[in-house]
Amino acid sequence: MATAVAPAVLDESHEEHRTATGMSNTKLAMWIFLGSECLLFGGLISSYLLYKTRSNGTAVPTDVFDIPFTSVSSFVLLMSSMTMVLALSALRRGDERLSRVWTITTAMLGGVFIGGQVYEFTTFLREGVGFTTNPASSAFFTLTGFHGAHVAIGITMLMSTFVMSSKGKLHQKQSETLEIVGLYWHFVDVVWIVLFTVVYLVPA
Amino acid sequence: MTATESAATTDAEHDAHEHPSDWAYVKIALILGAITALEVSTYYVSIGKVLIPSLLVMMVLKFWIVIMYFMHLKFDGKIFRQLFLGGLGLAAVVFVVTLSTFQFWA
Repeated sequence: MATAVAPAVLDESHEEHRTATGMSNTKLAMWIFLGSECLLFGGLISSYLLYKTRSNGTAVPTDVFDIPFTSVSSFVLLMSSMTMVLALSALRRGDERLSRVWTITTAMLGGVFIGGQVYEFTTFLREGVGFTTNPASSAFFTLTGFHGAHVAIGITMLMSTFVMSSKGKLHQKQSETLEIVGLYWHFVDVVWIVLFTVVYLVPA
Repeated sequence: MTATESAATTDAEHDAHEHPSDWAYVKIALILGAITALEVSTYYVSIGKVLIPSLLVMMVLKFWIVIMYFMHLKFDGKIFRQLFLGGLGLAAVVFVVTLSTFQFWA
């Protein structure tokens, strides 16, 4: 009996390191999730492209875009990807303090981006372009709103890893946790790379 | 050295050899910033019929750099690349067909 139980206990203790695929299950799950997210954003982008000129005689979002302002927001989000990858790199080297600095910087840059989006939405509302003004504005607010929600979730994840690290629960050996959060964050960035071009820069 | 320590050392060596340095990440970010500046410049400078193709090329380039270097797809297991690009490819095909159904390109 004892000999039969022992290997099972051993296997359980090594569960984190050995998987059926030979690679991390959580990382695999995150990549599958991100692959499926492409379909979500693909649907939202397609809807926006189909409706972006349907104004019903009212102003559409493209009439009130502030490209210089959105360009700065885009640059901020792009730089947050750099700080994210630097946070992971520092943790992999065992420099937990520097990793926390880069993680909180990433969260703050994400916060600046969200602040910019709130300002942009408020300005649009003042200009008379609301969520239900016309099909174009509905598609625009749904698309960019979904992206903003993803950024907000990403900030929450970053803050969680920051707290974990501050409490001494995130070390070099658990760098994969930060890597998973980083994958999500970079995905949010690549989605914005597409949105910035397709929604803001390509002329109607 | 135990088998676990040996495996951990191998992983650490793999990471040290395969992943770019911090300075390389900064240089990649600067390249991304420069491409963004080029994209924004098309808003102020008229480049005629090549505007949309140029914007799409720059967008794809930025997308590719981020997923390959920042998301480490270039250095990680092939299966991750296949899963993500599979989802991305499927999304592209489905929505090009959908947009075609609505005669978006006409």
